[in-house]
Amino acid sequence: MNAEVRSVKTAAEIGFADLFAAARESLPGGDKIEAVRRDAFDRFAAQGLPHSRTEAWRYTDLRRLLRDAKPLAPRSDAAARSVAREAGAVFAGLGLRRLLIVDGAFAPELSDLAGLEPGVVVRATVEALGADEMVLPLDMAGGDPVAALNTALAADGVMITVAPGVVVERPIHLVFVTTGGTPAATFTRSRLELGSGAVLTLVETHEGPDQSDYQVNVALQVDVGDRARLDHVKITGEGAAALHISTLEASTGAGASYRDFGFTIGGAVVRNQLFVKLAGEGAIADVYQGSLLAGRQHADTTLVVDHVAAGSQSREVFKAVVDDEARAVFQGRITVQPGAQQTDARMMARALLLSDEAVANCKPELEIFADDVQCGHGTTTGALDDQLKFYLMARGIPEKEAEALLIQAFVGEVIDAVARDDLREALTQVMLNWLKERD
Amino acid sequence: MTALLDIRGLKAEIDGRQILNGLDLAVNKGEIHAIMGPNGAGKSTLSYVLSGKPGYEITGGEVFFNGEDLLAMDPDERAAKGLFLAFQYPLEIPGVATLTFLRTALNAQRKKRGEEELSSPDVLKRVRELAKQLSIDPEMLKRPLNVGFSGGEKKRNETLQMALLEPKLCVLDETDSGLDIDALRIVADGVNRLRAADRGMIVITHYQRLLDYIVPDVVHVLAAGRIVKTGGKDLALELEATGYAQYQSEAA
Repeated sequence: MNAEVRSVKTAAEIGFADLFAAARESLPGGDKIEAVRRDAFDRFAAQGLPHSRTEAWRYTDLRRLLRDAKPLAPRSDAAARSVAREAGAVFAGLGLRRLLIVDGAFAPELSDLAGLEPGVVVRATVEALGADEMVLPLDMAGGDPVAALNTALAADGVMITVAPGVVVERPIHLVFVTTGGTPAATFTRSRLELGSGAVLTLVETHEGPDQSDYQVNVALQVDVGDRARLDHVKITGEGAAALHISTLEASTGAGASYRDFGFTIGGAVVRNQLFVKLAGEGAIADVYQGSLLAGRQHADTTLVVDHVAAGSQSREVFKAVVDDEARAVFQGRITVQPGAQQTDARMMARALLLSDEAVANCKPELEIFADDVQCGHGTTTGALDDQLKFYLMARGIPEKEAEALLIQAFVGEVIDAVARDDLREALTQVMLNWLKERD
Repeated sequence: MTALLDIRGLKAEIDGRQILNGLDLAVNKGEIHAIMGPNGAGKSTLSYVLSGKPGYEITGGEVFFNGEDLLAMDPDERAAKGLFLAFQYPLEIPGVATLTFLRTALNAQRKKRGEEELSSPDVLKRVRELAKQLSIDPEMLKRPLNVGFSGGEKKRNETLQMALLEPKLCVLDETDSGLDIDALRIVADGVNRLRAADRGMIVITHYQRLLDYIVPDVVHVLAAGRIVKTGGKDLALELEATGYAQYQSEAA
């Protein structure tokens, strides 16, 4: 007897299909946008949720980890929104320009839009979609099933443009908040365009209630113009039961600089996928990522850096501190295209395991199609060094404090990559708070 | 009078190998004791067992530090009580600035002793003074602890820590190893400045050379995990001439 070969759809996959069918009519955008959405959803449906045999997702089996599709988050009421005012407290007091995205919708009335610098434009994504602007198609992430799901279902977000030559002193802080109530799903799409020579620091925080198993699917597209400079800092601090999937696409022009720092501390299941394209000659990209995980957290950072133009340089450093039964995943791929001679690329992944049950999966890869390049990668996984701990204790430092000092030193290397002192101090505080909770 | 350190019949092993074999030693305040011996005699083991390094199993004997049971204390407690081990091979700790480390250690000890913690400027002031005495470049204090330091710089840094923490008992483990004559002089001067009526020292060394600079009151020969001979400072010179061979055969 021949076994019938067919793919069985999971409850979540069926749920997403229902969700899309029901929402299609009401999602913002005209016919052209709808066609893009339908096309994206078909791509998702054809692949289904990624699982352990999907190469790019091999350590994060979403078929297993994502059991059901939550209903789309309704527009939150005034009470819920008032909670959102307190969000993003990590960077409170630094005077950042706060733009709030509450339950997947940009909330201009809660955002600090007064006195925008000349040349800086902030719009809601829903507005761009309403005007039928082609803001949804993705480039490098286009083939990814959950990014496709974002394209299909994204309803709002923030679109920022900075005109050429404009140096924005005041960082912009995108405050993503999920408020309480019934666990729901949000799909947001945001975009940032820096004109040539423009300079900006963009900060993102993501948070929500611990009790709710809400789902967040965010995507951000970044275009850094020639000689422009963007510093991007993202803190994934979702609630304890949340699922967070983030897709970032960044493209850099000639002589441009893109510096990315990501810190994952919250969420039950987190996937941060970053696609960085060094498209212009002499561009620089630094991607520094840190994960501080405990309990049964699962956090996956997957990074693709594509050197397309000649003379570009990239540094990727990933550091994970993993306690209890948590799991940290790092997959990093550096691709050097045939035209990208004189590429200088280096990647390092290091995991520190604080318990016997903690797990780290690190997979760095290099794909080089040019012959005059300097590339390297490395990975280490280990426990805290007992010799170092003893040295500190022999000087009178108690065991927990000695461990904290060593963990701090380990994570410090990625935090040090953040250029602004005020942000670096705030991030150090985030780390210290995490260490305090460990005691 | 209670001895500052009183070791009685100490036996210790690591990985099932017996290293210390019934060691007796008493050090009083104000005294400097040199412990000399051949390689593998148990000199470093003694220093590690005293400071509480994990991995060593105490299989017999007792150690009293100011009358208290030293072996019952964690390493950080021993340090706070005034025991200091100057490591033979000081460890490199990337990411921890030397000054941060010094401040954390000093204040952790003060806190444990119920003393007021010192402010960062106060610590910095003290450290700067000591650094000057030891010819340590102040820039080095900003660098990660011992990372990229030369052998001499590491040993000077150990001496700086010792001077800052003002211990009651200093245990110097092969402080002369890896030092040229100039560095040796600087380190020895630093150690000699710490000689005090209420402080004891144990200087562990393979060679007599160090004892030209740090002159001991008592010299012990350690062989096969036991003190096999005790004498005055002349014993060190005698050893330099005759070597350790006779003690190795005696111990065996």
